[in-house]
Amino acid sequence: MSEAKREKRYVPVVVRFDAEGQLQPLTIEFDEDHKYAVDRVLDVCRAACQTVGGVGVRYTVRVQGQERYLWLEKSRWFVEAIRSQ
Amino acid sequence: MARNIFHVDFNCFYAAVETQRRPELRGRPVAVCGSQEDRHGIVLTANYAAKPFGVKTGMAIWQAKQCCPGLVVLPPDMREYIRISKLAREIYEDYTDQIEPFGLDENWLDVTGSVGLFGSPMVMAKEISDRIKFELGITASIGVADNKITAKLGSDYKKPDAITRIEADNYREIAYPLPVRDLLYVGPATEKKLNSLGIYTIGHLARCPVDCLTYKLGKMGAILHTFANGKDPSPVKRTDYAATVRSVGNSATTPRDLVSDEDVHLMLYLLAESVASRMRDLAARCMVVELYVRDTSLVSFTRRRKLAAPTCSSAEIAHTAFELFRANYRWSQPIRSIGVRGAELVEADAGVQTSLLDDEAKREKWERIDAAMDHLRQRYGYMSIRRAVTCADPDLGRINPRDDHTVHPVGYFGG
Repeated sequence: MSEAKREKRYVPVVVRFDAEGQLQPLTIEFDEDHKYAVDRVLDVCRAACQTVGGVGVRYTVRVQGQERYLWLEKSRWFVEAIRSQ
Repeated sequence: MARNIFHVDFNCFYAAVETQRRPELRGRPVAVCGSQEDRHGIVLTANYAAKPFGVKTGMAIWQAKQCCPGLVVLPPDMREYIRISKLAREIYEDYTDQIEPFGLDENWLDVTGSVGLFGSPMVMAKEISDRIKFELGITASIGVADNKITAKLGSDYKKPDAITRIEADNYREIAYPLPVRDLLYVGPATEKKLNSLGIYTIGHLARCPVDCLTYKLGKMGAILHTFANGKDPSPVKRTDYAATVRSVGNSATTPRDLVSDEDVHLMLYLLAESVASRMRDLAARCMVVELYVRDTSLVSFTRRRKLAAPTCSSAEIAHTAFELFRANYRWSQPIRSIGVRGAELVEADAGVQTSLLDDEAKREKWERIDAAMDHLRQRYGYMSIRRAVTCADPDLGRINPRDDHTVHPVGYFGG
């Protein structure tokens, strides 16, 4: 991921809480036309986002066969979106 | 048994947090400064890109901009710094439950009990350092030693992002040549006194006879002597941030300079209300009232007075502080900032040595009035009830020292 072309984009996320209180992101609603189902959560850890800045919980998720990071920071979700020129 | 103590110190903490969350600022000179409108316009932290230009903590913003025209000036976001500080604490908690904070960006950790689980102290320090980098996106300097004072010396020794071990085998080699001011609790005044004894380095101090130091510095002389010899027996206290409080203080850099006794009187009432109210939150009373004054040439002094009996009455604290002020200030300069502190706290319901001469009933009455004010303010807001004196000057009177200043410095000796 090249740094210059990314930006911090806060996104709505559909989340499921299980009985233990664990949360699982189900759908990333990037915009009206792009809603991506999270196929699988591969890893969850606390991390600082180097590319667009921010400190929170980093979910490594598989979306449409690709690995992506989804970040939860202060109860808001964000992704490292490609900057629209 | 030898202990394993870490001192973890974040490098340029506020500025580091800001550049972490704004990647576009990385590599550019950045300073986090107090707000210009309210005249707290000084540099709180500058990052490493700003330091070569001569930007230093405590500088006025205009001075800093003169040194470094391209300086990016940001307002402080205390809520975020506290959040990051708490996250750091959660990292430390994976290694020990003995964590003593010293401000938001420094912590002592006693890891003696968990070294066996993780290997060696240096391995643990490296792991903590790596986790801070990965999880918080900032860097820390860590001092590894067998006591708190030497650990702090270690974290100051090499910056940024370094781990320095100073123990018996290399103590003299590393610590002795350092200037004596590097030792915690040697400020400018103490340094001057030590210099007058021919003591310029920690080595000089360590080798100086204790009698000579106590003669010049009182009991602090003996304490500094043990510090210089790398022998500080004080334990790492198990404390939460701002939890163990031995004193409660508030100070304010006022929106305009204070120029008369009336101005000072007003400010002391405001500050005393905040101090008294925070003491009541802690169910504490103070035995000592301290006054802090800093004039426009940035010369400051502190005076303290012991009370006949412990109090948490704002009127009594303000009154005592004002007496101290009248006895100690001659108005050679206007005043830039002023502070009040209640020290030697005792539990509010602890037995009180009542005085025969003091009017206990009156004191209790005032404390009840204060408590009623707390209650009203909690329900209806800070401005819902005010002393008439604070209406005399709207600029000064609108300050709410209790809630506007969330970080209160804590002393090493807890007081």
